[in-house]
Amino acid sequence: MEGDTIAAISTPIGEGAISIVRLSGDKAIDIANRIFKGKDLTKVPSHTLHYGKIVDPDTDEVIDEVIVSVMRAPKTFTVEDVVEINGHGGMIAVKRLLQLVLDQGARLAEPGEFTKRAFLNGRIDLSQAEAVMDIISSQTEQAMKVALNQLEGRLSKLIRNLRQNLLEIIAHVEVNIDYPEYDDVEEMTHHMMEEKTDVVLEEIDRLLSVAEQGKIFREGIKTAIIGRPNVGKSSLLNALVQEERAIVTDIAGTTRDVIEEYVNVRGIPLRLMDTAGIRETDDIVERIGVEKSRQILESADLTLFMLNNNEPLTDDDRMIFSMLDDMPYIVIINKTDLENELDLKEVEKLADGKKIISMSLKHQEGIEALEEAIKDLFFENKLVDRDEIYISNVRHIDLLKKAKRALLDAKDALTMQVPLDIVQIDVRRAWEYLGEIVGDTASESIIDQLFSQFCLGK
Amino acid sequence: MTYHAGDYDVIVVGAGHAGCEAALAAAKMGAKTLMLTLNLDMIAYMPCNPSIGGPAKGIVVREIDALGGAMGKVIDQSYIQMRMLNTRKGPAVRALRAQADKQVYPKKMKYMLENEPNITLKQAMVNELIVEDGVCKGVITETNAAYYAKAVVITTGTYMRGKVLIGELEYESGPNNQRVAKRLPEQLEELGFELVRFKTGTPPRVNSRTIDYSKTEIQPGDDEPLSFSYETTEYVTDQIPCWLTYTTKESHEIIDENLHLSSMYSGMMKGTGPRYCPSIEDKIVRFHDKPRHQIFLEPEGRETEEVYVQGLSTSLPENIQVELLRSIPGLENAEMMRPGYAIEYDAIEPTQLKPSLETKLIEGLFTAGQINGTSGYEEAAGQGLMAGINAALKVQGKEPFILDRSQAYIGVLIDDLVTKGTREPYRLLTSRAEYRLLLRHDNADLRLTELGYELGLISEERYAKFKQKVKMIEEEKKRLYKTIVKPSDEVQQKLEEIGSSPLKEAIRAYDLLKRPEMTYAHVEEIIGSSDLPRDVKEQVEIQIKYEGYIKKANEQVERMRKMEDKKIPENIDYDAITGLASEAKEKLKKIQPISIGQASRISGVNPSDISILLVYIEQGKVKRTS
Repeated sequence: MEGDTIAAISTPIGEGAISIVRLSGDKAIDIANRIFKGKDLTKVPSHTLHYGKIVDPDTDEVIDEVIVSVMRAPKTFTVEDVVEINGHGGMIAVKRLLQLVLDQGARLAEPGEFTKRAFLNGRIDLSQAEAVMDIISSQTEQAMKVALNQLEGRLSKLIRNLRQNLLEIIAHVEVNIDYPEYDDVEEMTHHMMEEKTDVVLEEIDRLLSVAEQGKIFREGIKTAIIGRPNVGKSSLLNALVQEERAIVTDIAGTTRDVIEEYVNVRGIPLRLMDTAGIRETDDIVERIGVEKSRQILESADLTLFMLNNNEPLTDDDRMIFSMLDDMPYIVIINKTDLENELDLKEVEKLADGKKIISMSLKHQEGIEALEEAIKDLFFENKLVDRDEIYISNVRHIDLLKKAKRALLDAKDALTMQVPLDIVQIDVRRAWEYLGEIVGDTASESIIDQLFSQFCLGK
Repeated sequence: MTYHAGDYDVIVVGAGHAGCEAALAAAKMGAKTLMLTLNLDMIAYMPCNPSIGGPAKGIVVREIDALGGAMGKVIDQSYIQMRMLNTRKGPAVRALRAQADKQVYPKKMKYMLENEPNITLKQAMVNELIVEDGVCKGVITETNAAYYAKAVVITTGTYMRGKVLIGELEYESGPNNQRVAKRLPEQLEELGFELVRFKTGTPPRVNSRTIDYSKTEIQPGDDEPLSFSYETTEYVTDQIPCWLTYTTKESHEIIDENLHLSSMYSGMMKGTGPRYCPSIEDKIVRFHDKPRHQIFLEPEGRETEEVYVQGLSTSLPENIQVELLRSIPGLENAEMMRPGYAIEYDAIEPTQLKPSLETKLIEGLFTAGQINGTSGYEEAAGQGLMAGINAALKVQGKEPFILDRSQAYIGVLIDDLVTKGTREPYRLLTSRAEYRLLLRHDNADLRLTELGYELGLISEERYAKFKQKVKMIEEEKKRLYKTIVKPSDEVQQKLEEIGSSPLKEAIRAYDLLKRPEMTYAHVEEIIGSSDLPRDVKEQVEIQIKYEGYIKKANEQVERMRKMEDKKIPENIDYDAITGLASEAKEKLKKIQPISIGQASRISGVNPSDISILLVYIEQGKVKRTS
């Protein structure tokens, strides 16, 4: 792991006009040079800036106009060769840029990996090391919180089940070894082991297929804003967009009329769905019908359901409540500056424990509370009851892949009739890798684990 | 008043399987060694099963031998039957097990001790340790003899406050009605040691003449000559079989009805027993649906009719034991010669030990064997050997000798004990070893002989032979690599006979051997045979066939070693490290790990704690260099 070239977006996602992709490692300059049209970066002096274009070497397509800074080891933050590509495209462009350098052989950096390298290469002096300690301590707390939340998460459950399956295989083989003369336990056969391994492999494959590196950060959390006409949906949209200096990007989706916008709420990327609809007609239900609305709600990771404080609850509202049911949503009661006509008790009952935010968009009140609520949901892992959010974690994906490889090795060995206690070595490895995801085994890469709690790209 | 009875380098208290190895190792390393035991007729006594070896344990015996220890040699001279277990599985889990002649084994061991020039063997009850300023200086016996030494090894087995239980009967006793060490555990507590209460048990013995073997299945030894020791050249030819029978429905009813009478279930017993070696009561209670349990009938020796009823460990009252025995096919008329019993005893919480088996509390004091919370003759002997070596090294003012988890099962055993502690009598299992492919029965000598030689425990003659073996293995591997097998008609014909697919093109004999169905013998048929010894051929075959896996395991070991090499300074102040979780702090302070590797294996110390620790230590380096 150490010594390869890593890359990451080192500016917060979705914010600012400039995005930087940073590379560090032996091949940093070489990789950058392969996608850079301009000077030959391998020949330029250290600590210089160069203007040019980023071009996809496969298609010759120009991705972005950029300034590239080349810094050669050892006088860099990581004490390795470092290249920073300053692009000014939005989120999509910078992600393509990152994808390009990854395609060219860089590895996606784990959170905090740049700092870790700096530290391990002796770049950080005593006072900085102390600062690192502080960050570690505070991050530990955060990590524990996250870990705790993940315990309840679906991925944890899935992984634990998989591990249990593997553990049963392992235990079975072990018993055969340690008690060879006891006829209490049936002797494990190659065939049995293969069947059991296949079950686990299938599940890992499924997890990986929905994973796709960093999907959540590439695509954002699909968010729907819904409510009756004139409840203030477009105002909310504008407020969020303004507040977060959103990068407005038009993506031609499967249907040409779907336009989406990205906003960044406290570091969490939201993809607001069918915002065109909101802007044009201010009413999804009316415009596209109940069935379609239901589909949108079902495909959303998060729904912001707006009610009008100044109007009584309608059957439409009640219908939306029933459609939302146990999907993740937040109720927003807008227009609190106006007289209360809404039966708050009924709303509370219908919301059934879901967060209710009072808001007056006119007076710019309640937006902070909404952002806070979204953040809480995200960190409680309640926002997306789907696998992909959890396995958007690069480390998890990496471990899943390692577990898969180990199990494939085991399968190969089984076909070759290698003795089971040796095949077991691979099964055990898979079990350990999965354990690292849920924090059940300490591995030799412990230091990697903790440093990964640093903010990415630092 | 005490009298000055003598000065030694090392004193070993106890002459069980741990004590014998400890004394012999220390003595061979040049230490003037005093060995004290309660009863000279109980040296290397086998109070429980009449067997040595088995999965994991058998490999420990090989390791002991490779390091110059005694157990392998002694059992090779005293077995009545020997078998290689797990032969149908991979080479990593093969293990030898011998049925011992329980009378001969102790005799041979005693004779060996008596003939070791550096050992003085005496019968005495040790009452107290002489401790001055936290350093152990010697021992005082109940007859007031004060012996002085630079290091003391305690191997008291189950004798510390031992208590035997049979049904309602309970009395103070070591195994087999021996005297109990009472003052020593008191003193250990006074010195600040934390003691735990463990229990173990043994089944009844019956008279062979009263067994109807026709109702049982025979379990013979292997025909092939086998040995634990790499130095053994003579083999027993007239082996004695064991026999297999089963409990019945009736047996289970007897236990169900009388469970309340068992010491274990009547609440008399306080100690924690091992899960892996349950009493028959436990088996019936915990696996009630199982219709029958295996019972092995194992002869205890050539010149005795006593037969050990393996699988029937119990603390039921004597009359119920008789009833139970007679419900088992073949034992309907069995005469019980000794009842089974449970025994409770004091053990030291083993996390109070350093990896050298020296106690953290008292310098120069070592403990080994069952006192450290283990069970089993082999586990005891392995620790004894290491404690004896380290006691001698201490006397010589040298660094301790520590085996890591990739070097030996003994390393796994001791690391587990001192790092994780144990809540039940600890037994080695193959699954405890993460690098078991490297810790094989067949390569114990390749792993450890060199180390044994450096310690002075391996004779020049043996070492020369060992070097010769290593050379032969390397040369034969080279030969197979250089030998190209061409797809001639003759070769294809041979391959077909073996059941292997024909060659498409020429191939190295080395790679041919890697085919799953090929053995070294097959390859010999094709490229011509060598006149190499059996163990060399075996080694060549295993090393080539499992090369890929061995390589993978070695890579893991490399990573592990990196962590083991990161040493934690002895004077580290865990309280001063901000960010460590409080549980981790407590554990680290208690265990005092010597390396980051060891620290990472402590339960309750999380990866984040390890990283903080790493950063803290790295920071210390920065401080020192700047």
